[in-house]
Amino acid sequence: MIEVKDIYFTYPTGVEALKGVTLTIKDGEFVAIMGQNGAGKTTLVKNFNGLLRPPKGVALIDGVSTKDVSVAKLARTVGFVFQNPDHQLFSETVEEEIAFALRNFGFDAATVEKRVTWALNLLDLAEYRKASPFMLSGGERKRVALASVLAWDPKVVILDEPTIGQDHRQKENLRQFIVQLNEQGKTVVIVTHDVEFVAECNPRVVLMREGRIIADGEAKRILTDTTLALEASIVPPQIAQIFHGLAFLGFPSDVIDVSEAKKLLVEHFRELRS
Amino acid sequence: MSVFEGFRFRHITSPIHNRDPRIKFLFVLAMFVIAIFFTEFLPLLVLFFLPLPFVWIAGVRKQWLRSLRGAAFLASFIFVFNFVFGYFYRSYPSTTTLLEYSLAMTLRFLVLIESFSVFFLTTSPDHLSLALEQSHVPYEFTFAFTTAVRFVPVLAEEAQTIMDAQKARGLELERGNFLKRVRNYIPILIPLIVSAIRRSLELAEAMESRAWGASSKRTNLYVLKIKLGDLVLLALAIGLLTTGIYVRYFVEIPLLSTFLPQLPF
Repeated sequence: MIEVKDIYFTYPTGVEALKGVTLTIKDGEFVAIMGQNGAGKTTLVKNFNGLLRPPKGVALIDGVSTKDVSVAKLARTVGFVFQNPDHQLFSETVEEEIAFALRNFGFDAATVEKRVTWALNLLDLAEYRKASPFMLSGGERKRVALASVLAWDPKVVILDEPTIGQDHRQKENLRQFIVQLNEQGKTVVIVTHDVEFVAECNPRVVLMREGRIIADGEAKRILTDTTLALEASIVPPQIAQIFHGLAFLGFPSDVIDVSEAKKLLVEHFRELRS
Repeated sequence: MSVFEGFRFRHITSPIHNRDPRIKFLFVLAMFVIAIFFTEFLPLLVLFFLPLPFVWIAGVRKQWLRSLRGAAFLASFIFVFNFVFGYFYRSYPSTTTLLEYSLAMTLRFLVLIESFSVFFLTTSPDHLSLALEQSHVPYEFTFAFTTAVRFVPVLAEEAQTIMDAQKARGLELERGNFLKRVRNYIPILIPLIVSAIRRSLELAEAMESRAWGASSKRTNLYVLKIKLGDLVLLALAIGLLTTGIYVRYFVEIPLLSTFLPQLPF
């Protein structure tokens, strides 16, 4: 369980990134942290694994304050996949890249081997086992980065802007993968401003603005709230926009899901015909 | 990274910022030459305090102090080495003289650092490239130089991100013996170098698509002109240089240590 209580954070440059954030993420939850650039999303999640430590307030991971443990220790529980895979890839082969963290955590050789194979298969990378990570495409590099974190099976997975630079197909694969991870009991936290992606995942949404949380609840409620959207400078998902515009026909305005939208429209047309 | 902070330009204006970078550079060069001239403590002490009024007028005290603080480690290194080696080779009449000499060498290093720091703190990269260009340095070189200067903070920030990413994968930089610690930096250096190369290739493509090098003769919107203040600074630089040379050759410089009680070892 991740708990942050009234945390503040100011960067050395003087930017106040967090101004009193309180948030609890229970085990097995799927949370999307949203908001415009500079809202403090990434700063907040960096407090979840001790990369940043709040000068004021506390951050607790399973009841232990991040101030008392090293990042390397916390990383065992909280896996963090960075936005840009190029900021972490350095090994000669994909296999070595994935084994890096496992060796840091002191797994024995047999376990490392087993976990690497498992992670390669999980992300459909088995054929690149001996390839250089630098020779792979952008999407593949991102998958290697993801595999290198999932390999040690952390309880919590944080993904910072997972959809950036991914084409639609890859996004859809990623979405299914994340949902699957969550269904298997992992706590998943994504930081994103991709509303369409969030609308399709349907997680709990935490909306941030200028270092504060301004809304917290299910995606359906938050992404269709036009006042909130305006306040947080996000654009509601296209489905929500359509249904907002169709409200005069008696449609509900809190629809974000494609299949739900389809069902409602089909019902409406059937009624019209009969 | 605090040493870099002391060399990073911030956009403010002051009588020092407005001076022609060429003249400013000549002044720094004069400081440099004089600092190399002397091995005695007293003249180097004078030299150390010389740039203070400039720092004051330019209003860059904080950053300037930061650059000195950043240089403190290397300075103490220089002091210790001079002292230890001088002591074991017994090349000085007494330990007090050796102490004075070691302090003088440290001070010389600080003089070099502080004068360059003032120069970079008060000269914008644009001004600098303009000055280089008007001194007939090929534009390719001036561009490469200013780009390098500009990318230092970007790279520093990137290094931090990479460090975070690797720490999140269980890397502990401060663990193990000396060799292990050096090796711990490989996962940070490789992504940093790779991304710097990628970035430079992208920059090159972006430049070429904006007609870089299309005409061999470039003109500038701003042209540097020597003003009265620059002439004053030039006079100061020449004065400094001549005084320095005069003192070096015609004045007996007293050693502080002859007035001080001798150390017992």
